[in-house]
Amino acid sequence: MIKNISNLGDSALYCDFGKEVNKEINSNVINYFKNIKEKNINGITNLAPSYNKLIITFDLSLTNFNKLKEEIKNIKLKAFDTKKNKIIKIPICCDKEFALDMEKLETKLKNSIEEIQANFFAREYYCYMTGFIAGMPFLGDIDKKLRAKRLETPRVRVPKGSVGITEQFCNIYTFESPGGWNIIGNTPINIFDKSNTSNPALINPGDTVSFFKINKKEYENWNERK
Amino acid sequence: MSESNFKVLRAGINTTYQDLGRKNLYHIGIPFSGAMDNRNYLIANSLVGNEKKTPVIEFAYQGPLLKLKGTKTSIAVTGDVIFNILRKDSQQEKGICYQTYSLEDGDQIDILTTNKSVYGYLAVSGGYNVEFFWDSCSTNTKAKIGANNGEKINNGDLIFVQKSENNVSNRKINYVNSKIEKLRILKGTNYNYFSEEGKKNFFNETFNVSKLSDRMGMRLEGPKIENIVDSNIKSEGLIKGVIQVPADGNPIIMLSDHGTIGGYPKIGAVISADYDKLVQLTLGSKIKFKEVDLFEAENLFNLYNLETKNILDQIT
Repeated sequence: MIKNISNLGDSALYCDFGKEVNKEINSNVINYFKNIKEKNINGITNLAPSYNKLIITFDLSLTNFNKLKEEIKNIKLKAFDTKKNKIIKIPICCDKEFALDMEKLETKLKNSIEEIQANFFAREYYCYMTGFIAGMPFLGDIDKKLRAKRLETPRVRVPKGSVGITEQFCNIYTFESPGGWNIIGNTPINIFDKSNTSNPALINPGDTVSFFKINKKEYENWNERK
Repeated sequence: MSESNFKVLRAGINTTYQDLGRKNLYHIGIPFSGAMDNRNYLIANSLVGNEKKTPVIEFAYQGPLLKLKGTKTSIAVTGDVIFNILRKDSQQEKGICYQTYSLEDGDQIDILTTNKSVYGYLAVSGGYNVEFFWDSCSTNTKAKIGANNGEKINNGDLIFVQKSENNVSNRKINYVNSKIEKLRILKGTNYNYFSEEGKKNFFNETFNVSKLSDRMGMRLEGPKIENIVDSNIKSEGLIKGVIQVPADGNPIIMLSDHGTIGGYPKIGAVISADYDKLVQLTLGSKIKFKEVDLFEAENLFNLYNLETKNILDQIT
């Protein structure tokens, strides 16, 4: 199932699951990730699953590349219940002040705001991975008509809560951060909650996400309503 | 209040609490963090009689000016650091790294600057009384986690010291931080994305550490490393010490607070044995790369580990 394992530096395994980015390959990555995590293999210090790769870092004073590679190659996989994966609904306000790149997108995509929004909100998205900044979900796939390149010059500061699209993916900026995705709105929901130490990320790999539109007033009152 | 504290009269440029960092959180976007120079971190704690996981203060370039309020407290500074001890009676002692000092109520420690290096450490007997997140106090200012609510230490803050039974004093070792001339690296997973000339430049030419370097990453400037395949890859995990080359051809080395996912090709990765020395390269330093194989890298790490152990064994 892993196509190839090579070393990345002297203390990481680089597991390649294939060239493509799709749900099938990614489910395979997530399945390995969950199995390895559960087994608590001696020396492993971190696991970084992504679209089609899994990087496993280890403590070089406890194990080494060749030893760990054998363990991973021979690992007995069990199936995890994918029904446990959540379906999460995320509110977005698309007012002009939040939809920083909507005007540019209309030109880039040759599509009206109404069409872009209708298309975007009509779908459910799959979470391939989380990371870059804490809890940031990489979701996909967006419709072919919505696929645009990154901004030519990335923003130094993308506001927290921004929802961005690029290529076949969309994401949510869990913190203010530099970034180059096309911003179409902002969510009032806190996607990453550090006080919830056992499960700080609202969205996890394998989960399904759908978005719904709210107006400015709902946005402002969202966190008081609860 | 029975607990001793330091008042921060001057915070310094980038002063944070650090320990061994946090593991097993890459998958939610949280990097290791932890003290950048692990050996100097371990020596600092060992000198003042602490367990190796105890929080220390890490500073970069200019360090803090702190005033003690409370009972007699042992401290030690490690790295290549210029500092003074200002006694309550206005006596000034020139500080020496790698030895303990006993501070009394009203004494100050003034960490002026690191010397030809970036990071230094201030440990106190008993450690600092700070918050832990996921088993580590390490401050990660990007995710706002760790001690001090994920923020740098600021002017006017109070730093509380854990009460210690074993207030060790009169410990010292002789240790000199050596400079690195050639960073040893292993080829990366996208090594073949680069032109023959680009690869040649990478191993033969000199690179400068740019001022856009911090705990997250170190940007280098030098001859362009030309990409002949694709300047983007599908986003994937990153690790400490990995060297990415974006479209502009200037390498970036990921450091302890790095973003956990990136989409630039990886030309190489710095070996673990050289990481402590890598992070100490100051802005404007010149550096060259040298290729080693995995077997050499593993042996060099064992040697590094043994050296660290020998240094720590000297401390009693």
